[in-house]
Amino acid sequence: MYNFNYVKADSVQGAADALSAADDGKYLAGGMTLLPTMKQRLAAPTDLIDLGGIGDLAGISVDGGTVTIGATTTHATVAASAEIAGAIPALAKLASEIGDPQVRNRGTIGGSVANSDPSADYPAAIVALGATIVTNKREIAGDDYFLDIFETALEEDEIITAVKFPVPEKAAYIKFPNPASRYAVVGVFICTGGGDVRVGVTGAGPCAYRATDLEDALKADFSEAAVDGVTIDGSSFNADMHASAEFRANLVSVGAKRAVVQLS
Amino acid sequence: MTVKVETTVNGQSVSGEVEANTLLVEFIRENLELTGTHVGCDTSQCGACTIHLDGVPVKSCTMLAVQANGCEVLTIEGIGTEDNLHPMQAAFQENHGLQCGFCTPGMIMASIGIVDRNKGSLDEATIRAELEGNICRCTGYHNIVKSVAAAAQDM
Repeated sequence: MYNFNYVKADSVQGAADALSAADDGKYLAGGMTLLPTMKQRLAAPTDLIDLGGIGDLAGISVDGGTVTIGATTTHATVAASAEIAGAIPALAKLASEIGDPQVRNRGTIGGSVANSDPSADYPAAIVALGATIVTNKREIAGDDYFLDIFETALEEDEIITAVKFPVPEKAAYIKFPNPASRYAVVGVFICTGGGDVRVGVTGAGPCAYRATDLEDALKADFSEAAVDGVTIDGSSFNADMHASAEFRANLVSVGAKRAVVQLS
Repeated sequence: MTVKVETTVNGQSVSGEVEANTLLVEFIRENLELTGTHVGCDTSQCGACTIHLDGVPVKSCTMLAVQANGCEVLTIEGIGTEDNLHPMQAAFQENHGLQCGFCTPGMIMASIGIVDRNKGSLDEATIRAELEGNICRCTGYHNIVKSVAAAAQDM
């Protein structure tokens, strides 16, 4: 990778100031995507502003109906958290299926959500659960956050500080991992409660989205047959060497059915 | 830009002035001349570069050296000696958990993490699932899995 200026931030404000002062700066969280990207020279920031030393960005708290996960909390910490396993077990399971153990020991929820890889896992949970992205400037509703491939509502210098998840009655996450990268070819997150059903899909389209047609069908009849009755429109889905758009559309259906079975 | 690296490796304080883009594995191999930690794929897939950072396995090819500042780094050189092998090293030797040996340092460091995370409840399926971040192109994994299971009894 090309060389760069390294800045170790000790506060969120300090990090934002360092980014403003930089020519073409980037925030560094766990680095599990950014560093490989820089090694391939697909990114060449002039400055890396390391968020890893900002202590109050890491941590998990469960307060009534909300799970709050600090931005630099690692996937391994989320996967092993007894508090999260008690409140939203599907979220702990999702974290336990990201990458591999070594990657989970470094990769962070904030980094994953900021990067918005179309095949990342957390985005499915964020849209399905109606999570809130907390930044140094504002709170962004999960429904308004993912815009397009690698594109989010974040401003250039905005820093995610935490993600807040409302605790659902029940939730399930079904993932079809790419056998090499472990990214989701398709991942379907379904949560239920109070008569409502929400379905988040990752891996299929340019970014995570709510499958409202599946939600309507499952609200009327929470069954595999209801999923079968919905035609998944794959016209805007990703197609690559790993899976065609048609195959991804089928996986959305199969994943939704498996989640429904788990939740029934 | 150069940066100052100040960390602890295998219990000893070490420091050095390196370019900011120096990877932790480069610092370990080239500055400290601890060449037991290998670089296989250099893309965070194969796990040959696995070391422990503050007690947990990470891939040192996907970390900057400067990110280890203030941390405890443990490499394959730090877990045992020729006369007093770590139980995981002894198990790999006894169960022939290697052929060419290139992936072995990373396998051993990752496997110690597997045993640490699953004390008392380590079955074969768990070992296989958690070796996901390490690739061996020789063995077919059977003897590696046997080695980890055997070491778990002694750790």
